[in-house]
Amino acid sequence: MSGHLSARDDMRVWGLHFGLIALLFAAQYVLPDYHNGVIARVMVLALFAMGYNVLFGYTGLLSLGHSMFFAAGLYGAGLPIYHFGVHPLPAFAIGIGCGTALALLVGALALRTTGVAFMIVTLMFAQVAYLMSLWLGEWTRGDEGLTLSRDERIIEIGPMFLDMTNRDTRYVIAWALFSIGLGITLLIARSRFGRVLVAIRENEERARMLGFDTFANKLASVTISGAIAATAGAAYVLLFGYMGSTFASIQYSILPLLWVLLGGAATTLGPFFGTLLMFYLAELSNDALNAWLPDARLNQIGIVGVALILLVLFFPKGLFGSIRERWLKWLP
Amino acid sequence: MAAVTPLLVVDDLHRSFGGLKAVDGVDLTVMPGEVRAIIGPNGAGKSTLVGLICGRIEPTSGSIVFDGRDITSMPAHRRVRQGIAYTFQITSIFPNLTVFDNVALPVQRSQHHAVGAARLRRGVLEALERVGLTDRADQTAGELAYGHQRLLEVAMGLSLKPRLLILDEPTQGLSDGEIEGFIALVREIARDATVMLIEHNMAVVMSLAHRITVLSSGKVLAEGTPEEIRADTHVQAAYLGTPDDD
Amino acid sequence: MAFGPHLLLATLEGLVMAAVLALMALGLSLVFGVMRVVNVAHGEFFMLGAVLAWYFSTLVTGHPAIGFLLALVLSPLVVGAIAFAAERLVLRRIHYNPEATIVATIGLLYVLQQAALTFYGPDANPVVPPFNYRVLLPWFGYSGYKLAVIVASILLITLTWLVLTRTKIGLVMRATQYDRETAQAFGIPVDRVYAGVFALGAMLAAVAAVLIVPIQQAHYLMGTDPLLLSFIVVIIGGLGSLRGTVVAALLIGVSDGVISVFFSPTLAKMLATLLVAMVLVFRPQGLFGTAAR
Repeated sequence: MSGHLSARDDMRVWGLHFGLIALLFAAQYVLPDYHNGVIARVMVLALFAMGYNVLFGYTGLLSLGHSMFFAAGLYGAGLPIYHFGVHPLPAFAIGIGCGTALALLVGALALRTTGVAFMIVTLMFAQVAYLMSLWLGEWTRGDEGLTLSRDERIIEIGPMFLDMTNRDTRYVIAWALFSIGLGITLLIARSRFGRVLVAIRENEERARMLGFDTFANKLASVTISGAIAATAGAAYVLLFGYMGSTFASIQYSILPLLWVLLGGAATTLGPFFGTLLMFYLAELSNDALNAWLPDARLNQIGIVGVALILLVLFFPKGLFGSIRERWLKWLP
Repeated sequence: MAAVTPLLVVDDLHRSFGGLKAVDGVDLTVMPGEVRAIIGPNGAGKSTLVGLICGRIEPTSGSIVFDGRDITSMPAHRRVRQGIAYTFQITSIFPNLTVFDNVALPVQRSQHHAVGAARLRRGVLEALERVGLTDRADQTAGELAYGHQRLLEVAMGLSLKPRLLILDEPTQGLSDGEIEGFIALVREIARDATVMLIEHNMAVVMSLAHRITVLSSGKVLAEGTPEEIRADTHVQAAYLGTPDDD
Repeated sequence: MAFGPHLLLATLEGLVMAAVLALMALGLSLVFGVMRVVNVAHGEFFMLGAVLAWYFSTLVTGHPAIGFLLALVLSPLVVGAIAFAAERLVLRRIHYNPEATIVATIGLLYVLQQAALTFYGPDANPVVPPFNYRVLLPWFGYSGYKLAVIVASILLITLTWLVLTRTKIGLVMRATQYDRETAQAFGIPVDRVYAGVFALGAMLAAVAAVLIVPIQQAHYLMGTDPLLLSFIVVIIGGLGSLRGTVVAALLIGVSDGVISVFFSPTLAKMLATLLVAMVLVFRPQGLFGTAAR
């Protein structure tokens, strides 16, 4: 973890992360149209997963309510654009602000509980948020959702002209946000703050008796985690132009959990590869199974369910957790 | 005579669990630089008493003053910042982290935020040096032998640079040789910190303590120097067993 | 309809709801109480019970009561067997670790939903009530079957209570709940008790579902709402407290019935959920639980 790495390990860590970022940037020039779109989407959703990982992986708090932070970013950015014609850039900031404020509030309340109760409380707050998105159907159109037009997704400041309906622009923005998110997680993982979070995960009472305000640290973790999730939500509505209640539903709290588990909790690279892998895995197995059993009405839920059970049973450390354990001890 | 301010003053402290009075009106004054042992039979309220002092348990009534400041209702983590460190009776380390990280946590707590990684590293290695674990810095703490885990626990307490270090049964489970080393270590610690020691091993108590407080059923039964305690007939009856003829 | 009769109708509907909810929450509470794990797939055992009830009732012709009784016997048994298998194959292997169990039962939730979608389909299907008798009240007629559901639920809860407090099985379960290690030392097969309790919890959900299908159609997504409501009931009632669970089910069921008659059901659900979250935050021992842990 954040031990006292040798200078060589230090180089490896930065090299690996910059390597991935460079690789993803270069990928846009070679990827075919369809996969270009997929990777852009995966990068935005991986940002969501990275936010989830800060809380679940590093701090050891299992939230079942992160869809509310993603949705707060989504609606916080999307609704002002749709209803009031707010410029996308301030709207993006509003989205992040909404999610961050919500995370602070929910954290302050939910962190009064521990363990199983924390999961159920976060689940319930998220359910309230989901129901609210349905109840405010006049504004949100509930499950049906709202679509932003092309005009509403153009950022024009001086010489800068960003058309987010354009494939390449979309990719670069998703890439930039993903890279910032990855950088932030890496910094947190290797910081003193990150070490305190891990200490809380491992033995909260001991951390407290070393003089750490565990509540304040956990609250900071929830807030950062929620802010990153909200950033992903706000980016999603701008880049893909759609917002609907589905994103506030329980399923979107489970998915980041699945992605992080698959990629490896408390690893910086796990969330991205978990999201990527799950996307293609779901897609490929879906196609294959549906071709094989055309009448089985298979959809994603079955695959998600099987994946969760298999992960918990046979692969609890996930991809990068296992790699770290077996081979690369220096992985952050 | 110049009056020295006591480091710790416990005044009429009570704590009950349900109907059980675990700590029942304890008064205690500890001077700076002292090594104070707290002894007593099982269930006498020793662990509860130090739990109250370090803030893990809230008192039912009474007050605790540390270095002239009332800390009775201060949360535990802030008491640690005031200079009260507690090492757990049951070894409580971070078993999945390296030895280095275990000590880095209290070191970073006692240092200022702006201090660089090099200073942090130096602080950690210094603390490990004092307990003799330097060459195990990269090992996972959970893989250490039990005696070494206890030493790590002490290193963590030391790294907080405490003014009052509370050791809750530190020699439990240690071999005789390890206990020897431990006594030397506590003597060294006591040069710049006040130590409060809960201990069952009377040899350790007698060789370390300046003063001894004997607890029984949540009350202070006796207090004094090791010699006075050894001579106290009440204590002998309640705790030390029947004295020999002479 | 005037306000009074309207309120009476709402209360009756609420009581039916409470009757079913109490059974289901009892199952969840039992599993949590004895095994200390949260079963997120509990709602899917309910769904499965309903879907299987439809299947069994279509197997036989003749009087609808025959199909219904068949379902009432077989459906909980099949659901219990599935839960038993899931406990042996998954939960036992992860050693009932609370977090891993939550993740695993979320997985189970999706697998069961997928299975229902595959074998049962996306449509909602009704089960014919075993009898059609209308109780004539001065203001309106009311379904005799619904009243029978309330009675059946009371009987089943009493039966469960008797099993828990008066039989050896109940004693073994309570011993395991109180102290796992000691129970094991006294030769109680803790392992089998866990499997049995998990199956029993699922069966209670299935029975509740069989009772409700003649009123509410069977559908593969019908498990989510009852799951959340049972969580709410178990939390408000105080975890592991049978009496609290029943009282809370009454409170939630009746108020849900009354509120959704007079207000938008979405708003009602939203406020109820928020309220319960707050109870959990500020009074974790539940409204009826005793203080101190």
